[in-house]
Amino acid sequence: MKGKSKEAEIKRINKELANIRSKFKGDKALDGYSKKKYVCKLLFIFLLGHDIDFGHMEAVNLLSSNRYTEKQIGYLFISVLVNSNSELIRLINNAIKNDLASRNPTFMGLALHCIANVGSREMAEAFAGEIPKILVAGDTMDSVKQSAALCLLRLYRTSPDLVPMGDWTSRVVHLLNDQHLGVVTAATSLITTLAQKNPEEFKTSVSLAVSRLSRIVTSASTDLQDYTYYFVPAPWLSVKLLRLLQCYPPPEDPAVRGRLTECLETILNKAQEPPKSKKVQHSNAKNAVLFEAISLIIHHDSEPNLLVRACNQLGQFLQHRETNLRYLALESMCTLASSEFSHEAVKTHIETVINALKTERDVSVRQRAVDLLYAMCDRSNAQQIVAEMLNYLETADYSIREEIVLKVAILAEKYAVDYTWYVDTILNLIRIAGDYVSEEVWYRVIQIVINRDDVQGYAAKTVFEALQAPACHENLVKVGGYILGEFGNLIAGDPRSSPLIQFNLLHSKFHLCSVPTRALLLSTYIKFVNLFPEIKTTIQDVLRSDSQLKNADVELQQRAVEYLRLSTIASTDILATVLEEMPPFPERESSILAKLKKKKGPGTVTDLEEIKKERSSDMNGSAEPASVNASAVSTPSPSADLLGLGAAPLANSAPPPSSSGSLLVDVFSDSPSAVAPLAPGSDDNFASPDLASSEVVSEEPADTVHDADELFHKFVCKNNGVLFENQLLQIGLKSEFRQNLGRMFIFYGNKTSTQFLNFTPTVICSDDLQSSLNLQTKPVDPTVDGGAQVQQVVNIECVSDFMEAPILNIQFRYGGTFQNLSVKLPITLNKFFQPTEMSSQDFFQRWKQLSNPKQEVQNIFKAKHPMDAEITKAKIIGFGSALLEEVDPNPANFVGAGIIHTKTTQIGCLLRLEPNLQAQMYRLTLRTSKEAVSQRLCELLSEQF
Amino acid sequence: MWKIHFILLFSRQGKLRLQKWYTTLPDKEKKKIIREIVQIILSRNQKTSSFVDWKDLKLVYKRYASLYFCCAIEDQDNELLTLEVVHRYVELLDRYFGNVCELDIIFNFEKAYFILDEFIIGGEVQETSKRSAVKAIEDSDMLQETVEEYMNKPAF
Repeated sequence: MKGKSKEAEIKRINKELANIRSKFKGDKALDGYSKKKYVCKLLFIFLLGHDIDFGHMEAVNLLSSNRYTEKQIGYLFISVLVNSNSELIRLINNAIKNDLASRNPTFMGLALHCIANVGSREMAEAFAGEIPKILVAGDTMDSVKQSAALCLLRLYRTSPDLVPMGDWTSRVVHLLNDQHLGVVTAATSLITTLAQKNPEEFKTSVSLAVSRLSRIVTSASTDLQDYTYYFVPAPWLSVKLLRLLQCYPPPEDPAVRGRLTECLETILNKAQEPPKSKKVQHSNAKNAVLFEAISLIIHHDSEPNLLVRACNQLGQFLQHRETNLRYLALESMCTLASSEFSHEAVKTHIETVINALKTERDVSVRQRAVDLLYAMCDRSNAQQIVAEMLNYLETADYSIREEIVLKVAILAEKYAVDYTWYVDTILNLIRIAGDYVSEEVWYRVIQIVINRDDVQGYAAKTVFEALQAPACHENLVKVGGYILGEFGNLIAGDPRSSPLIQFNLLHSKFHLCSVPTRALLLSTYIKFVNLFPEIKTTIQDVLRSDSQLKNADVELQQRAVEYLRLSTIASTDILATVLEEMPPFPERESSILAKLKKKKGPGTVTDLEEIKKERSSDMNGSAEPASVNASAVSTPSPSADLLGLGAAPLANSAPPPSSSGSLLVDVFSDSPSAVAPLAPGSDDNFASPDLASSEVVSEEPADTVHDADELFHKFVCKNNGVLFENQLLQIGLKSEFRQNLGRMFIFYGNKTSTQFLNFTPTVICSDDLQSSLNLQTKPVDPTVDGGAQVQQVVNIECVSDFMEAPILNIQFRYGGTFQNLSVKLPITLNKFFQPTEMSSQDFFQRWKQLSNPKQEVQNIFKAKHPMDAEITKAKIIGFGSALLEEVDPNPANFVGAGIIHTKTTQIGCLLRLEPNLQAQMYRLTLRTSKEAVSQRLCELLSEQF
Repeated sequence: MWKIHFILLFSRQGKLRLQKWYTTLPDKEKKKIIREIVQIILSRNQKTSSFVDWKDLKLVYKRYASLYFCCAIEDQDNELLTLEVVHRYVELLDRYFGNVCELDIIFNFEKAYFILDEFIIGGEVQETSKRSAVKAIEDSDMLQETVEEYMNKPAF
């Protein structure tokens, strides 16, 4: 039936459209009345949901009619149907121009509405200069002023560059004093938006807004007549004024500040008074003002008394019978939780919030409760909150599960005192909501288990037990497979989890899993071959079976073939090296946090996180130094996923790691240096043709060091790139450093088509350097085929601070000639930096402590590069220290802090860089506890700017 | 930034009765948004709050008789006051039509738009006084014949 009526409607409409079209196209010119009639019909049809592709011209014609009704319909059609980039805009603009000049307030109103409705750039170009004049002209009628203010606001939002600031701005501010409350209301919106972008210029609006607000909140409920809404005086204007004040810090003038505090107190007091009406409109309007006042209190974050009162008020609302108020109270408290003054007060409501999570019927409200629990979480209540969130997750709406999973994962990591709790929590997450556990979450648990040897045995035991469940989520199989592959040996002593039982347990899941998981399990099996030689033959039998060796999936087949071969031909020593335990992951911001931020968009999450970071040292910051097994890990197959992490492509293989590497790229997306594939010459900054020509390979045995200072210095703030290049050879670097350890991959690329013979790279340290820097390298294949690339790993340990750089000497035969060249290897002291965040107060305290003249080194130097603040910041961060914001009273200066880790000591370092744009100079000051370190860091960093 | 992004009026059957956009979007996108939002709101039951998170915006809605009024506002905006924006608009319609009903809005859609324009411009409240807003509309009515006189309303 429904279909039939729909069909009838379409038929009827098509007939009508055909009729209108013929009228418009007809020979007889239509009079204004008919034109209006048909344009109105088209609008009606459009609003029924049908497309309209004609009639625009007729509507534009109506604009220039002198009859109000025709004009009005024309404008309506245009505001509904003409999108901003229509070609008609020029014609429309013309008509608008005439109406604006007409001095007829009704026509002017229509024109202004139209500009605001369309709001295109062309309109801004045409009218942004004119409207401010209308707005502040003495003879403009109030209603036109109102329209002009909001119209200008719309244009400013579309094209702020086209709205010129000027004389009118100060006069607009004074509209806050206007007699007509409608004008004040419209003007306040405009001023608020302008003030956000130009706070200085609109600073005087603060005191005017405060006095206006004060007059409103102290007025009797009927004083404002028409602007009283259900016994609440001017709620719209009050909210807008409170909004405007949120563009500024608390007023500096004590009188203004006092008056504002009084206003806020009055608003809070009124909340406790009995309602003047039972109507919901009354309480909504009253509470709208109250919530906005609380937002301002939170924004100022300076009056503990008001903050606590606000918190108590919201606490009352948490139990209110109105769902809307409970929702808003939860939302508001979220921001309150991040203020140090009210964090504790918010925490007292934890039981109510948990109860809301359990009993609220509206998913929007439950969502707010989750947000609030997340915001109020700290070390003292983390276990309870995580437990409650897990509980809730079992029944949570599908729409919010993923977010809860991320939040639980973040809280569990951040507040883990006991990492067995962390492991349990994540496994619970996978058990309860496996489908919603994103890759980031299970990658992260693996990173943490690998980095913390105190939890590895427990993790192995727990995953082993969890895998016993007859049906377990594939994510658990992944985590289980990975962890047992690394640490299964830690529980193999127990006969209940003997190697064979572990293997059988994993293999029982194998056939139910997807290809990537099966690939991971195959890697686990080959790791088992190394861990448990006693089950080698069982595993080989599995690898050898047709379902593996002849698997239709190329990846699985390749792994089976390669692993089988590896297990057959490699000696135990080689197996042990190749399949060694994974080295710790570099510490970095949790990728889960990044994911949550992305999911929630910019806004509250970010803010809260940043504030919370200061309050509690998160796990990343407080991780104890994990022991790094400095020897290299090479991968059995270039396509190994997790196992291949951090290892470079195999020698002689094609330069960039193929797509297989991408599985983990996401995890490291915060850190550009870690995974960026190093293809020779891929890094634009190191584009080399011009440099290549400056380096001439000596034809005779010679020992000159190719200083290539410029390239060397570039590596001070970077870890990857091309170190050297000439016609024959390119040397690329990729390195990672963590605390006092590091690993550098050197890639030697033969650019010719001829073999290099007797290719011998040697890393040379002077005697001095040898005692402070411990370098281990493995020899490389002496033959490098034309076009091929070989790789060499250098393991680095910084024993104590050092000045010089090691030298990389390379000798080889090319054609008939012997080549010998040397370059400085950019292993510099700053690589062993660990950034340290600290407050301004801490910074200056430490700065003072290091006031011994020997601890300070200063250098004043000319800028070698354009003085760009963003680039400077990036360089300071690349240098390895933390960049501290808002520490130096002069915002143009840069301040950093970090700790240099050596095997023997740790050296705290503070730095300050003061640019002088006019002179194109910098002054760099380094303060550390050791003179030589200050000296060296200062030298290195001075070369960077 | 503080403003209403768009306002939608639709019936309990999901029929759109009025749409007002304060941000520029292609028609296709608008249609998609309307479908999505109508579906979200109609699927919520009675006892829930009036607020729904939607993308990076927040929907504030209320039902009056057979019509839903829904505004999309920014996350930081004042939800309660937005509810009262809706209510004030209903009051203005009521004052103009006298006991407004869905049919009034269907057949006098242009009036519904004019009244809205007097009340809100570019997503910001222009005039909160009921008297001023209605007076503006009545003034303009003095300038024109009644709609019925010249419009043969299509009968569907």
